[in-house]
Amino acid sequence: MTTPARTAGDGLVPAISLAGIEKWYGTRDAPVHALSATDLEVAEREFVVLLGPSGCGKTTMLRMIGGLIAPTGGTLTVEGQRLWDGENRRSEAVSELGMVFQDANLFPWLSIEDNIALPLELKGMDKARRRARAHELCQLVGIMGFEKRWPRELSGGMRQRAAIARALSYDPKILLMDEPFGALDAMTRDAMNLELQRIWMDTGKTIILVTHSISEAVFLADRIVLLSPRPGKIDTIVEVPIPRPRRSEVQASETFQSIALALRQRLAEIS
Amino acid sequence: MTDASTTDAGLSQTPPASVLARKRGLREGLLPWVTTPLLLLVLVGGWHLYVRNSGISPFILPAPGDVWTEWRYLMVNPRGWNHTYWTLYATLAGFFWAIVIGVGLGVMIARIRWLELTLNPFIVATQVIPKVALVPLFVVWFGFGVTSKVIVAAVLAFFPILTNTVLGVKSIDEGHRDVMTSLNATRWQIFRRLELPSALPYIITGLEVGIVLAIIGAIVGEYLGGNLGLGRMLIERMNAFEMDEMFAILIHMSMLGFLLYFSIGVLRRLLIPWHGSVRH
Repeated sequence: MTTPARTAGDGLVPAISLAGIEKWYGTRDAPVHALSATDLEVAEREFVVLLGPSGCGKTTMLRMIGGLIAPTGGTLTVEGQRLWDGENRRSEAVSELGMVFQDANLFPWLSIEDNIALPLELKGMDKARRRARAHELCQLVGIMGFEKRWPRELSGGMRQRAAIARALSYDPKILLMDEPFGALDAMTRDAMNLELQRIWMDTGKTIILVTHSISEAVFLADRIVLLSPRPGKIDTIVEVPIPRPRRSEVQASETFQSIALALRQRLAEIS
Repeated sequence: MTDASTTDAGLSQTPPASVLARKRGLREGLLPWVTTPLLLLVLVGGWHLYVRNSGISPFILPAPGDVWTEWRYLMVNPRGWNHTYWTLYATLAGFFWAIVIGVGLGVMIARIRWLELTLNPFIVATQVIPKVALVPLFVVWFGFGVTSKVIVAAVLAFFPILTNTVLGVKSIDEGHRDVMTSLNATRWQIFRRLELPSALPYIITGLEVGIVLAIIGAIVGEYLGGNLGLGRMLIERMNAFEMDEMFAILIHMSMLGFLLYFSIGVLRRLLIPWHGSVRH
């Protein structure tokens, strides 16, 4: 069964909406147009993948949505709330967002469970409840039994699972992932893609994921947003009508292959 | 889940590896307990033979046996312990202020660029001015009491603590900062949960250098003024040509130094068990 991506057309507030969002970097003498005015709407529970060559502004776009860098123009709303007030982030909107980075970015001085529960600690939740929640999340992401370990004792894939658990700990509606599996080997990466699909289906989050891997994009996405570089802008948006849950074997299917091929050709033209 | 855990497990491999590491660690840990006494024995033996056979005056180099007798006397002498107390007091009080100023200023300097640019010449100045030459001035300003010793100890110890703190705070991983920003952390939370623990290994390295300098500062301060402390006691004994007693005090000072340095090592194990500098 395909879950049709709901867009703003059906009267619901989109999870994320970008209207004329753009980003300039650098000095007045040598400005760089990282992302030209961009419109995009992401529906609740949708899985959107930002795909593109390096320098296309996909990470810039994600970091603006994540509240890490301010856009130079346009309006960005998260769950109906404006995220940016000029250079200032609005914290109510940020708390609906969970971020996962290319590196797990776990704090080496905290045990796995304390890392996962860090967001809850910052919000002032008591220790017993934090522990319980961390345990529950370890189960969800498949690292039960490693709660008391130091991050350095875990493999790269396991650390990234912990990072996902940390982003999910405070139950944000939206998960933003910046090449989360880019540093992993191919086999672990395939396994993590399956895991992520399961977690997404279990939790009903809205996910925006950045990648430069075409197969990862086709495997995971409801919609693929293809970006082109210099200046970064949306080139095409591709729907992926492959039913869920997708298994590894769908990569051999005709639909998968034809979408991947079309994307590969388009990427060669624009980069 | 099951297929995933087989691909990136790698954990069934760890027990034998860690057991091996522990065995090697144990052997390496035992080695100094054998070599140190052995080497000491050789050194003291050589010293003893040299004094006996060269006919050197005991006013220049006393025999180790005489030094040992004096040291045992020092250990049971309440006057000796009183001097030890004051040296220890000056060292620890100076060290305490060095930590407060070094870490406090270090954190601010690492975060505020203009402050770093403004203060740097002055901080370097406090280090390039020969501080020992300033000690008489401190005595004039702060008197012959313990205050001037505390200040010398603090001035010497604060620099390595400051520079290491600055380095520590500047070395914080940008990815870790992104995590705290995306979690809406307050400035205080960022300091308490990220900057401080992240800089702690660096700060402790600064403390290790700092504690040694604090003892030197306290003793040099005692050399030049006042009538309390091991430094004072040493000078008195030397002026009285009681070399065996002077050597005993010297050994006593060194042991004090070892003890304090070792305490920082214990602190390292307690505060940063997660860090690579701590061997399990």
